[in-house]
Amino acid sequence: MTALLNVKNIDKSFGRLNANKNISFDVASGEIVAILGENGAGKTTLMNIIFGHYVADSGLINFNGNELKAGDTKAAIDAGIGMVHQHFTLAENLTVLENILVGTQPLYQPRLSERKAKEKLKYLAAEFGLELSPQQLVRNLSVGEKQRLEILKTLFGDCKLLILDEPTASLTPQEVKTLFISIRKMVASGLGVILISHKLNEILEISNRIIVLRSGEVVGKVKTKNADKTQLGEMIVGRKINRPIRKENSFKEARIQLFQLSTKSGNGLAALKNVDLEVRGGEIIGVAGVAGNGQKALAEVLTGHNKPNSGKIFVNGKNLFGKTPSDFMNSGVAYIPEDRNADGIIGDMSVWENIILTESKNLKFFNKKGILNIKNSHELANSVCQKNDVRCQSIEQSARLLSGGNIQKLLIGKWLERKPSVIVACQPSRGLDEGAISAVHKTLLSERKKSTAIILISEDLDELLLLADKIVVLFNGKLSQFIENSNLNPNKLGLMMAGDGF
Amino acid sequence: MILDLLELLFNAGFWAATIRIACPLLLATLGELICERAGVLNLGIEGIMTIGALVGWTTVYLGGDLSTGILVAAIVGASFGLLHAFFSVYLGASQHVTGIGITLFASSIGYYSFRLLLPSSTTPPKIMAFQPLEIPFFSDIPFLGIALFQHTAFTYFAFLMIPAVFWLMNKTPLGLSIKVAGENPMALEAQGLDVLFVRTIALMLGSALMALGGAYLTMSAFDAFYFGMVNGRGWIAIALVIFASWQPFRVMLGAILFAGLDAFQVRAQQLAGAFIAYQFFLMLPYLLSIVAMVFAARSTYYPRALLIPFRRGERH
Repeated sequence: MTALLNVKNIDKSFGRLNANKNISFDVASGEIVAILGENGAGKTTLMNIIFGHYVADSGLINFNGNELKAGDTKAAIDAGIGMVHQHFTLAENLTVLENILVGTQPLYQPRLSERKAKEKLKYLAAEFGLELSPQQLVRNLSVGEKQRLEILKTLFGDCKLLILDEPTASLTPQEVKTLFISIRKMVASGLGVILISHKLNEILEISNRIIVLRSGEVVGKVKTKNADKTQLGEMIVGRKINRPIRKENSFKEARIQLFQLSTKSGNGLAALKNVDLEVRGGEIIGVAGVAGNGQKALAEVLTGHNKPNSGKIFVNGKNLFGKTPSDFMNSGVAYIPEDRNADGIIGDMSVWENIILTESKNLKFFNKKGILNIKNSHELANSVCQKNDVRCQSIEQSARLLSGGNIQKLLIGKWLERKPSVIVACQPSRGLDEGAISAVHKTLLSERKKSTAIILISEDLDELLLLADKIVVLFNGKLSQFIENSNLNPNKLGLMMAGDGF
Repeated sequence: MILDLLELLFNAGFWAATIRIACPLLLATLGELICERAGVLNLGIEGIMTIGALVGWTTVYLGGDLSTGILVAAIVGASFGLLHAFFSVYLGASQHVTGIGITLFASSIGYYSFRLLLPSSTTPPKIMAFQPLEIPFFSDIPFLGIALFQHTAFTYFAFLMIPAVFWLMNKTPLGLSIKVAGENPMALEAQGLDVLFVRTIALMLGSALMALGGAYLTMSAFDAFYFGMVNGRGWIAIALVIFASWQPFRVMLGAILFAGLDAFQVRAQQLAGAFIAYQFFLMLPYLLSIVAMVFAARSTYYPRALLIPFRRGERH
C-alpha cells in the first residue's frame, strides 16, 4: 500500500504547552487508523494541523504525493481531506442541503445550483447508508443525524481521507452501529479514515492500526489484531489503571423515596408514569435504559427541576412534592447533570466563580450585605481543585476551557463540599477518558461508603455493573422491578431496555 | 371624528405618503438585515444614513446627475462598512462600541463637511430631486394609481431591493455563506471559506444599502439636507429587523406598518389636535411598534453567532 497521508516530525506548542512533539505517521487508502489518547493528549491539535486550522511550528505533511500547504483549510479540502469535528460545525437554522452546499460554489456565482447537488446527495446517501432529507432544518435533526450530515458534507467534497474526531462521543449504541456500517462501506470504496477516540472497545472493533498519543507524543503503534486491551489502556494513561472495586456495604435508612410519581410530557421529553423508587444510604441504584425513555425527567424530578403532576417525593423523610431546586439542595440533594457544559457550569465564568455558585446562601462566601468574600471563595476553590485533582491553569481560568474530565471533577467536587446525603448522577462518565472515568467512579464509591444514597442514571452497562448495588430499567417512563447486581444477566437486561416485560 | 380617521384609510394620498415614508426604512432595514445575518450588529446605521444623505445630495448639488449621486452614496456607505469591519471583524472589537463610534463619527464628519461646503448659507439650498414617474396605464387605475404608481424612480428602486435581497440571501452562494457566517462561523471555516472576508463583504453591502436609505431622504423625499434629518430612522430599522425575523419580505411589512402609522399620526394631528395634544400622536407609531415587536419577537429565529467575534485558530 502506498501512503495517502504522510505526516513527518510535527511539532506544535501553545505558549508553554507542547501539544505535539515530533509526531510522524502515515495512512493508506482503504484503511482505518485509530488515534487513541486521553483528553489533552494532542489528538485534536494534530488533526487541526493536518486540516489546516492550525499551523505547525515545524514538520511536513504530504498528501497524495504532494506537500500540503500549511494552515490552509481550503487547500486541505481541495486536496481531498475531509474532517468531522468533535463539536459539530453545522448551521442550525439552515437546511441539510444548505449546510452541504456552502463553500462548494464560487461566491461570485449569481445563482446557487441545487439540482445536481440533490442528485449527488441522493447517490451518496444510498451508497453509504447515510439517509437524510435535504430540505430538513438541521436544528430538528437528532445527534446521530447531524453526524451523518457532517460525514455527507465531506463525502460531497469528494474526499479521499476522512478524519473523524470522537465521532461516537454523543451517540447512542444503536447510532454507533449504523455509523460503523457506513464507515466500513466508505473504506471498502477506497477512502482512508483516521478515527480519533478514547473508547477502546470501539477502536478494537473497527480499526486496522492503532497509534497511541500521550502528552503530545506517539507512545505506541500497533496493528489492531495484535492489540491487547489492558496494555493499550495502560499505554494511553501511562500507568496502570486501578479500576475501583465495589465492596460490601451496610445500608442505612431510606434517603429518597418516590411514590407513584408522574410527570407531564412536553418539550420532546418522555414523561414518568407512576414511578416508585427508594434509595437507602450507602446504596447505589443504577437506572439503565436507552436515552429518551424518561431519564431526563427522572433526574429533574429528583432534584426539583421538574415539578411532578402527582405522587409523593420524600427526601430524608421530608415531603418535597412541588418544591424548588433550592429546597432539594438544602435537603441534601446533589445533582450531576447529563449535559455538564450546559447545565453544570457557566462556561464563561471562572473556575472559582463556578465553584461558589452552589454556595449563594452560605454566609462564609456571601455575607448578609450581599458582598462576596473573595478570600474564602478562593480558598474553597483551591481546595476543591486540589482534593479532586481538577487540572486548570489557575482558578481564574474560564470553566469552558477545561477538558470534560476536569469539568466533571470540578462539578462533583463542589457538590461534595455540601456533604450531600443524596447524589443524582446522570451519565456521569459520558465523553470522559479512562483516567477521568476511574476518578469519577472512585468518588461515587467513596460517597457510597459514607452512606450517601446515589442514583446513577446511565446507558453504559459496564458502568452500572461496576457501581450499582441494584439496577432498574427505565422504559417509556416506567420503572422495572429491581434486580440485584449479582443476579444480573446482561442479555436479559438488554431485552428489558428494549421494552421486554413492560 | 372616528369616522374621519377611518376615512383616511380609503384616501389614496395617505397610502402614497405611507409608501414614501417606508422607503428609507426599507433600504436601511434590508442593509441591517444583511449585516446581522452575517453575525454583525451594525449600530453605525444612523451615521451611515446621515453620511449617505449628505453625499448623495452633495454630488447632485455639485453638478452630478441623480444616478451618480446614488452610486456615490452607495460607495461611501460601503467604505464605512469596511471601516466597521476593520474594527469589529478583523480586530474582533465589540460590535456595540464600534457601531456607536461609527454613528458618531459619520454624523459629525457629515455635518462638518456640510458646514465647510456651505459656510454662510442659512437656508439649506435645494437640488432638482427625483420627480414622480407616472407608470403608463397603471397610474390611471383609480385609487391604486395614485397610491402605488405615481412615485419616483428611487421609490421603485427601493421596493425592488426587497426581491433583490431575498434573491441574494436565498439563491446565491454568497448569501448562503453570509447566513452560515452568522449561524456558525466554524461551519464556514470548516468548508474552507474565510469568515472574516464574508462578514466584511456583508457589512459593505449592508452599509451601502443604509447609505441609500439616507440618500432617499435628500434626493427623493425632500430636496435638501438638514441637520438631524435622519432622526432615529436607523434605530427604527434595527427594531424592524427583529420584527421581520431577518426575512426580507417581512421587512416590507414592518416598514409599511411603521410608515403607515407615521402618515396616520400626521393626519390625525390635524383632525384631532384640538382635543388631544399632538405629542400623543407623535408617540403613536413608536408605541404601536413596541406592541407589534412584543408579539413578533417572541417566537423569533435569530442568527446564532450574532455579536460574537470570530478569531481564527482559537479554541471554540
